[in-house]
Amino acid sequence: MLKINNIQTYYGNIQALKDVSLEVKEGEIVTLIGANGAGKTTTLMSICGITPPRTGDITLDGDSITGLSAEKIVQQGIVQVPEGRRIFPDMTVFENLEMGAFLRTNKQLVQQDLNYVMTLFPILEKRKNQLGGTLSGGEQQMLAISRALMARPRVLLLDEPSLGLAPLIIKQIFDIIKQINKESNTTIFLVEQNANQALKLADRGYVMENGAITLVDDADRLLENDDVRKAYLGL
Amino acid sequence: MQGFKQSILVSIWFVFLTFPLMAVRVNTADRIVEWRWMNMLWVAVASFVLSYAWRYMLARKQARNKSEESGQQQGRVQVLLEDMGFRYRAMGVLLVLALIFPLVFDTYQNTIMISALIYVVLGLGLNISVGLAGLLDLGYVAFFGVGAYSYALLNHHFDLGFWAILPVGGILSCLFGVVLGFPILRLRGDYLAIVTLGFGMIFKVVLENWSDFTFGPSGIANIDKPGLFGIDMNIDGSTLYIYYIMIALVVFTILITNRLRNSRIGRAWIALREDEIACVAMGIDMARTKLSAYALGAFWAGMVGVLFAAKTTFINPASFTFMESAIILSIVVLGGMGSILGVILGAFILILLPEYMRAFSEYRMLAFGAAMVLMMIFRPQGIISNIRTKYEYKGLREETDNG
Repeated sequence: MLKINNIQTYYGNIQALKDVSLEVKEGEIVTLIGANGAGKTTTLMSICGITPPRTGDITLDGDSITGLSAEKIVQQGIVQVPEGRRIFPDMTVFENLEMGAFLRTNKQLVQQDLNYVMTLFPILEKRKNQLGGTLSGGEQQMLAISRALMARPRVLLLDEPSLGLAPLIIKQIFDIIKQINKESNTTIFLVEQNANQALKLADRGYVMENGAITLVDDADRLLENDDVRKAYLGL
Repeated sequence: MQGFKQSILVSIWFVFLTFPLMAVRVNTADRIVEWRWMNMLWVAVASFVLSYAWRYMLARKQARNKSEESGQQQGRVQVLLEDMGFRYRAMGVLLVLALIFPLVFDTYQNTIMISALIYVVLGLGLNISVGLAGLLDLGYVAFFGVGAYSYALLNHHFDLGFWAILPVGGILSCLFGVVLGFPILRLRGDYLAIVTLGFGMIFKVVLENWSDFTFGPSGIANIDKPGLFGIDMNIDGSTLYIYYIMIALVVFTILITNRLRNSRIGRAWIALREDEIACVAMGIDMARTKLSAYALGAFWAGMVGVLFAAKTTFINPASFTFMESAIILSIVVLGGMGSILGVILGAFILILLPEYMRAFSEYRMLAFGAAMVLMMIFRPQGIISNIRTKYEYKGLREETDNG
């Protein structure tokens, strides 16, 4: 569904991505793991058009989306949950969710999705009139995921949803990511440092080092791969 | 008790510090030294009272912060303002007061009120880019100047009337907003402030030096006042007429900016202010949102600039200095960023107070600075902070109704 062919992304003169290619098939959960500074977030930002690649090609269902502006890419159905959650602190939970549906005009469908995210995360209904900035980290992450879901994505890109959260909350959020994938057949591309959890959740995984993909395999086989176990799982 | 002791110490320290200035006076004519001991007493009492009040206010603020954190408690004024019924009634009363104002007071008062209303509109316009979209603009007065000069020049060369130019001035200003907006799309924070400041300066320098076009520092005189079906009016009459035009313009501005704030684009502005990356991730076109914030903010400045030129009948570059931008920005910050009511109140305080306290005009800048510092400490959100509209989420129940 989403295919990246040999993209190279630069920050000024510094090359962040070297010939990265990967593919996410429809209905899959694919994870991209790697250390700090490996280029995981840059890959995601390149897909979203926020740091467009200098060369290479990104296609969605065979149509090229390379070089489209960030908002056009959202219109195509690729929506990200940015790293560090980045919810709107001075808007209420409800307004945050409304912002997620900014591009949509069908009120009925938006209402439907609102109900859906409220059943996914019942805590959000309790907090609906609270300001986003006053939520706890876990609640903010739930809000960030819900906000992205309000755009009804075909591909949901998640950037380190486990960042700074307690293990119990991480488990809860990962369970819900699985649920979203199952229930609404949303394709999920997950960028993670928490390799263990991410690989347990995903169908397939990519390992990234220094701006290049070094390993591709099924997630459960990567979990047993010796190099991965040494480098990322600490075993 | 602690505060009491501290205040006593502060007052003793101040007496000591100001002793040479306040108590000793050398009379060179009579060659004697006067000792003004009473002054010391005043210094002592005044510094004690001020210090004690300061401590009391700080303590109260801290207590209030705590109670707000625990129970989401809001101030009484804020609660009252959220009551829509009260708001409509208050607006009605204010409008009636505004309409009968010139019939009660004389032309001098009307003139002052017109300039205050001009700043209300300017504040509301700047509020769009600064308060809603969070784009600091230190050169806002340039848009005001574009409006004023477009009327003055078109009137001078082509003899076009006030009503024809009023929208034209606004639209030209809008275009200037877009022109300014393009180069600064990528800038943020301090850099944005510097570039907009530069833009304001450049505008004034161009006005002063492009004599062929703008008539340079000598300005443009004999600009027509607004006409009313060709009726000849004396000064009192035309002031009255301009006053009512201004009231109408203010009401129009309030209506439109209020609608804008609650519209789709208003939401996009607020989102832009809160977090740019999240904003892009939601699929909001950042370039268009920023440009529209500048353009729509500038529009009001242009309109009111036309009116300013018509009111004073003479304009020159000296009316469009950085000082004006600073005052308009202070109105927005002091009144409460994003809050329409706050900006209106801020404009009245900042424009009318100096006017009625001309006796203390030498201390104006001092009072200005002190007021800003006090605001930042006690009410950083402005006099009246933005009033949020509450939405009811009625999703799940509705779904069960539908089966």
